[in-house]
Amino acid sequence: MAAESVFAAGAGVAGGTVAGGAAGAVPRFYLTREHHPENGTLFGFWLYLMSDCLVFACLFATYAVLGRNYAGGPTGGELFDLPLVAVNTSLLLLSSITYGFAMLEVQRGRLRTTLVWLGITGLLGAGFIGIELTEFTHLIHEGAGPQRSAFLSSFFTLVGTHGLHVTFGIVWLITLMVQSAKHGLIPENRRRLMCLSMFWHFLDVVWIGVFTFVYLMGVLP
Amino acid sequence: MSNLLGRLDWNAIPFHEPILLYTFIAVSLGGVAILAAITYFRAWGPLWRDWITSIDHKKIGIMYIILGVVMLLRGFSDALMMRAQQALSFGNSLGYLPPHHYDQVFTAHGVIMIFFVAMPLVTGLMNFVVPLQIGARDVAFPFLNNFSFWMTTFGAGLVMMSLFVGEFARTGWLAYPPLSGIAYSPDVGVDYYIWALQIAGVGTLLSGINLIATIVKMRAPGMTLMKMPVFTWTALCTNVLIVAAFPVLTAVLAMLSLDRYAGTNFFTNELGGNPMMYVNLIWIWGHPEVYILILPAFGVFSEVVATFCGKRLFGYASMVYATVVITILSYLVWLHHFFTMGSGASVNSFFGITTMIISIPTGAKIFNWLFTMYRGRIRFEVPMMWTLGFMITFVIGGMTGVLLAVPPADFALHNSLFLVAHFHNVIIGGVLFGMMAGITYWFPKAFGFKLDPFWGKCSFWFWLVGFWFAFMPLYVLGLMGVTRRLSHFDDPSLRIWFLIAAFGAVLIFLGILSFLIQLYVSFRNRESLRDTTGDPWDGRTLEWSTSSPPPAYNFAFTPVVRDNDTWDDMKKNGYVRPQSGFIPIHMPKNTGAGFVLAALSAVVGFALIWHMWLLACVGFATLLISIVVHTFNYKRDFHIPAEEVGRVEDIRTRMLVGSHV
Repeated sequence: MAAESVFAAGAGVAGGTVAGGAAGAVPRFYLTREHHPENGTLFGFWLYLMSDCLVFACLFATYAVLGRNYAGGPTGGELFDLPLVAVNTSLLLLSSITYGFAMLEVQRGRLRTTLVWLGITGLLGAGFIGIELTEFTHLIHEGAGPQRSAFLSSFFTLVGTHGLHVTFGIVWLITLMVQSAKHGLIPENRRRLMCLSMFWHFLDVVWIGVFTFVYLMGVLP
Repeated sequence: MSNLLGRLDWNAIPFHEPILLYTFIAVSLGGVAILAAITYFRAWGPLWRDWITSIDHKKIGIMYIILGVVMLLRGFSDALMMRAQQALSFGNSLGYLPPHHYDQVFTAHGVIMIFFVAMPLVTGLMNFVVPLQIGARDVAFPFLNNFSFWMTTFGAGLVMMSLFVGEFARTGWLAYPPLSGIAYSPDVGVDYYIWALQIAGVGTLLSGINLIATIVKMRAPGMTLMKMPVFTWTALCTNVLIVAAFPVLTAVLAMLSLDRYAGTNFFTNELGGNPMMYVNLIWIWGHPEVYILILPAFGVFSEVVATFCGKRLFGYASMVYATVVITILSYLVWLHHFFTMGSGASVNSFFGITTMIISIPTGAKIFNWLFTMYRGRIRFEVPMMWTLGFMITFVIGGMTGVLLAVPPADFALHNSLFLVAHFHNVIIGGVLFGMMAGITYWFPKAFGFKLDPFWGKCSFWFWLVGFWFAFMPLYVLGLMGVTRRLSHFDDPSLRIWFLIAAFGAVLIFLGILSFLIQLYVSFRNRESLRDTTGDPWDGRTLEWSTSSPPPAYNFAFTPVVRDNDTWDDMKKNGYVRPQSGFIPIHMPKNTGAGFVLAALSAVVGFALIWHMWLLACVGFATLLISIVVHTFNYKRDFHIPAEEVGRVEDIRTRMLVGSHV
């Protein structure tokens, strides 16, 4: 077989002293130095975000189909407290800006200010979750819980899934703050902070969709 | 105590079902025997260090395939039970399976065959082959790969557990509501279904992301996209489909579980819920899913045809474009699964036409394989036989598919045995034959010896003939209007067809048996079947340039790619294997974290199935903490010293010389 003859040539060289015994005309078939493929973490994380985006797409689609099925119960116009939601939205948008400031500090290699900005981001996120939970409790007390109608089922699920993401984002943020404080802004930590940054901004973008599609359009008659 | 155990009590253990009881006893004895054997041979340590915690893509690929084969035995015993029931249950005879048991059997059969046989086989092959084909040392995220495997395995474990603790869903493999809702399925069956699929689904999604990142970022220098082997191309498209489809399954099952656990009204018939929303969403996942399974099989056939015809694949570029077109079109056809929903003529026409269009790129592929064979020096080795069997069988399945794509025909044939025959025709004739071809083709690469060809041919012929006997009668019955999922028939004139089908199933059983015998015989004769060259089939792609089995680092030096068929190019243009000047190789370290996290996920799933809320909360908290703790481990890699690389390569040099005298 052709393969074997090639191996025989290889084996023949083994007997000699020079490994690169092949003639100069033979093309190069391999690298003799170490090959470092590009790190795939940011790209992989981006792929994960897109898959997560599809989870939200399904929830949005379900809301689009079921969102006006009030089943004789309360409507969005009756339930949504737009000023409160506006406050909440600004908290989250602000937290994206402060995360951006944290990343700028990461670029400058300043650990202390990075941690301060991350802390502020976390607090803003916690404020967002706090207000959302208040809203949810209020709705459930009014008898407008997720069981009341398909509209409310899809509302609570879409908004709640976003809230759950923010909550996990905060847990992750705290973890990264501890790790950065412990090991400094080493490449691993920079990469992790970058991933969380993408995650955090992604949640912001999703929230803009929620705010527009669920709340603003929800109060339209 | 009742709070701790939730709904679980002694009634959940099927003492009153003799079939299950005997199965349980047999499985327990078998399990105890295996555990005893592992202990006797002191294999626990090596098993844990070399396999369970391994992040080597080759070992993970092999473990996926073992999982797939084991689950095939389970899924196929379900098939035999159904065939036997339908052959017996006529007129006064009710057969041997009560309806509630029969319904679990056909549900489990579908779920297991798709999620825990076909998916692990496909993922396993991709895991094993792709990094070798692109000249990489491992996948992009080796730890994640191990975690994905264990999530899939623990998902399979939950399905298996439902056999002996509680029961499985009685809803059919897609668990349509309202039947799968809490009102009509108040027991644990659907919950087993949901949590098994959710846990396995996380594994599948992460492995999809992992393989895309691997293919995009880690190809050897010189390997542009249009120089990738076709199997890698199909793997890329399949993983894109996985990442784009599995989140939909996750979301729709999450909504179904909210309906069942929290009393929401997504898919109920009350308070504004809409069951058809579920059917739409699950098929938006479900249709791409069938292409997730078939594309890698197409990739296998492309590799096999080119190798065993000793020619470059005909129409490489058209093969790539056909694959990409199928990838895109697979998202535009989901509604053909429910033409009878009542979307109206325009919507049905749209989806009917898109469905028919898919047969064009698929047909192009068939012609490419045919033209590769044309004037090739065809070697009728076992992988090539599977490929030929596929080409004939799959074309028939494809044609009945186009027939079903015509909405008026579908109105007559939907939900009938014609449909059942059609999808088995494409899944057995396409996916299963492809996986068998792939396993036979790459087995020597994985283990260093070929599979015994005699028993391989037996397996092939039993499968091929068995398939035709088992499913052609179902086409006939379907055309006569027999619907699927029935456990009893009144009309005795139908019986002959079911008897023929049962005979076919027995032939397939012999095919599976031959495969198992083949594994045993090949292992016994491994010295005479040994592949010392690393290239037993005169292959064309990079995986054949390294030893069989490949070293942990795959390639001592990263290859440089100049041509589609890289290894063929190397062989023809004077490649000389390097034997000195080795450098240390950077590799990831093994870790038990993936196994632990997946096991914790399974505990949480089990607790949720049985409403053990305390255990579920504690389990989830532990899971979360374990993930965080794992991220505090920064030391995840090491270097294989150059001397060690040199030692391994010297062994290979001696082997190559030995194979030559």
